[in-house]
Amino acid sequence: MAIHARNINKRFGPFVALKDVNLEVQSGELVALLGPSGSGKTTLLRIIAGLEFADSGTVYLDGDPMHDKDVRDRGVGFVFQHYALFKHMTVFQNVAFGLRVRPKDTRPSEEEIRDRVMKLLQLVHLDAFHNRYPQQLSGGQRQRVALARALAVEPKVLLLDEPFGALDAKIRKELRRWMRRLHDDMHITSLFVTHDQEEAMEVSDRVVVMSHGRIEQTGTPAEVWKQPKNAFVYDFLGNYNEFDGWKDSHGTVHLAETDIIEIPLPPDGKKTAGWLGRYPEFSSLVGRVLPGLIESTAPILPMQKKTVRKPTSGTPVKIYARPHEMWITKTPDKDHEYIAAKVVHINPAGSLIKLELERAGGQFLQVEVPQSVMDTCAIVKGDTLYVRPTETRVF
Amino acid sequence: MKPFVKPSVIPGFALALGFTLLALTLVVLLPLSGLFVKTATLSFAEFWDTVTDPRALHAYYISFTTALVAALFNMVFGLIVAWVLVRYDFPLKSLFDAMVDLPFALPTAVAGIALTALYAPTGWIGQMLPFKVAFTPLGITIALIFIGLPFVVRTVQPVLEDMEREWEEAATSLGANRFQVFRYVIFPHITPALMTGFAMAFARALGEYGSVIFIAGNMPMVSEIVPLLIVMKLEQYDYAGATALALVMLVFSFFMLLTINWLQKWSQNRAFPR
Repeated sequence: MAIHARNINKRFGPFVALKDVNLEVQSGELVALLGPSGSGKTTLLRIIAGLEFADSGTVYLDGDPMHDKDVRDRGVGFVFQHYALFKHMTVFQNVAFGLRVRPKDTRPSEEEIRDRVMKLLQLVHLDAFHNRYPQQLSGGQRQRVALARALAVEPKVLLLDEPFGALDAKIRKELRRWMRRLHDDMHITSLFVTHDQEEAMEVSDRVVVMSHGRIEQTGTPAEVWKQPKNAFVYDFLGNYNEFDGWKDSHGTVHLAETDIIEIPLPPDGKKTAGWLGRYPEFSSLVGRVLPGLIESTAPILPMQKKTVRKPTSGTPVKIYARPHEMWITKTPDKDHEYIAAKVVHINPAGSLIKLELERAGGQFLQVEVPQSVMDTCAIVKGDTLYVRPTETRVF
Repeated sequence: MKPFVKPSVIPGFALALGFTLLALTLVVLLPLSGLFVKTATLSFAEFWDTVTDPRALHAYYISFTTALVAALFNMVFGLIVAWVLVRYDFPLKSLFDAMVDLPFALPTAVAGIALTALYAPTGWIGQMLPFKVAFTPLGITIALIFIGLPFVVRTVQPVLEDMEREWEEAATSLGANRFQVFRYVIFPHITPALMTGFAMAFARALGEYGSVIFIAGNMPMVSEIVPLLIVMKLEQYDYAGATALALVMLVFSFFMLLTINWLQKWSQNRAFPR
């Protein structure tokens, strides 16, 4: 069942929680509402569920306007961050609750309820725990009970409010993967709220990035990652380094930092020729990898701190680069700009080594490089490296 | 040797236990044992005659039924008051909240006189009612309701305040109507507190004297309560007879409170298994 939200507005006193929000979720999709706390994502979810009412705007489920419908009649399953399991009921009674409170004419018989509940508990791998009380379960198990309970009433839409927010990292990861599989099996339209970009990227078909009561961008995980629409989305999706720059009248962006280091060209003025000019990073490999390819290298001249190019025209801009979009070297090439920075911390965990560098001015740079780079450059804490962004973004 | 006390990080166990026992002995056990000692001066036949006197039997009946009815009424009424105070915002709410405690603070005799003035056949309310309230067991019950109300409100209120809003939202999203939400989600949660409130209101009502004697009329075999009978015996210098009646009340009350406690524990264990 598709979800459409049209021009939703919501205020809490002077605080604007949602401002003209339009959201579409296709039938069978798994969509993540991603944003920092206070961005209105939970409010939007609660309005769709009918737990909260919009000041203006309408929610449509399967094309039907929902403004006069109560939560009870919307056919949505809701999963809460803190599970909201009924403490005085067993796991079985919790899951059966939605079926048992039905009016007599639509209520299944006790045997049917039993079958259905046990089937659901098998689905969430908790059939052995049906007689336990919520307090006797771990956080991950409780959330699975909550999910089974929401699914028991056969909702057409599943709404999850930070479903893994209260769990520890490892369980969260496991449950995420499990939820993705569950969705692939059941194809129930699902919308879940999260502030964890990794979670949103890993699980969802589409990501809706929100901030300050607005939707900033909607797209597949690849779209929002590769083509962030604005600085907020870029910022929220991952770490980055920020540089000052300015944009001239032709639209070209220049760096305007004060600690740029450049090696002047050799006196004969001969520029590095051919493709190596475009790929200076490889010039240091020349002669080593392909012995035949030898370029005459001018003697290395002492490095000079470059005079800052003050913007003469155009507008100041911020230039962004992700940590893995940084090139580092100990032996800078000529005719390229670098920023010198000292290694202050090395975090070796993960597929990329994370370096924290400190610039002369005290600002920090984050760089992620493969282990091989660490090895070939022999980088240790305290080294001075020369850094330049290989890919940049300007908004 | 196996230690009497399990080692614990919290210090001062011996001191705390000693103080507790001392206070309990001085304040509770000593007077109560005096009750037994004084009663023991009667022969068993005398004792039996005193406590099974028809007038005394009727007084037990009045005391226990009015206290029970008042406590039951307070359980319902007090729950509603607590609910309204927790769930809704309205003007002068804090004033109403404070008023709940008034029956605690007011001298009970004042309450008794005020209620009598209202419910006497010529009083504001009494003259509008087609039946007699003051000077009947009904009047006694009303006085006991008055003094017992804060017990239920003050025990249920914090539990209602602590209740997670999400439970109700979850139940509603699963299709439960308002009655079902209350019956299956809210009520089981507050039952232990409600029973505590009930037990306290009941115990208080059993021992109540001041507010009752004015509105009761104190007619033997009609509207006489046990505490009054005890006071009358004291006025006749029949101390042993008074303590005999008191002893019966004490034993009855003790077993009733014990039962309520047990019931409460049972319902709590069902609701919150460890």
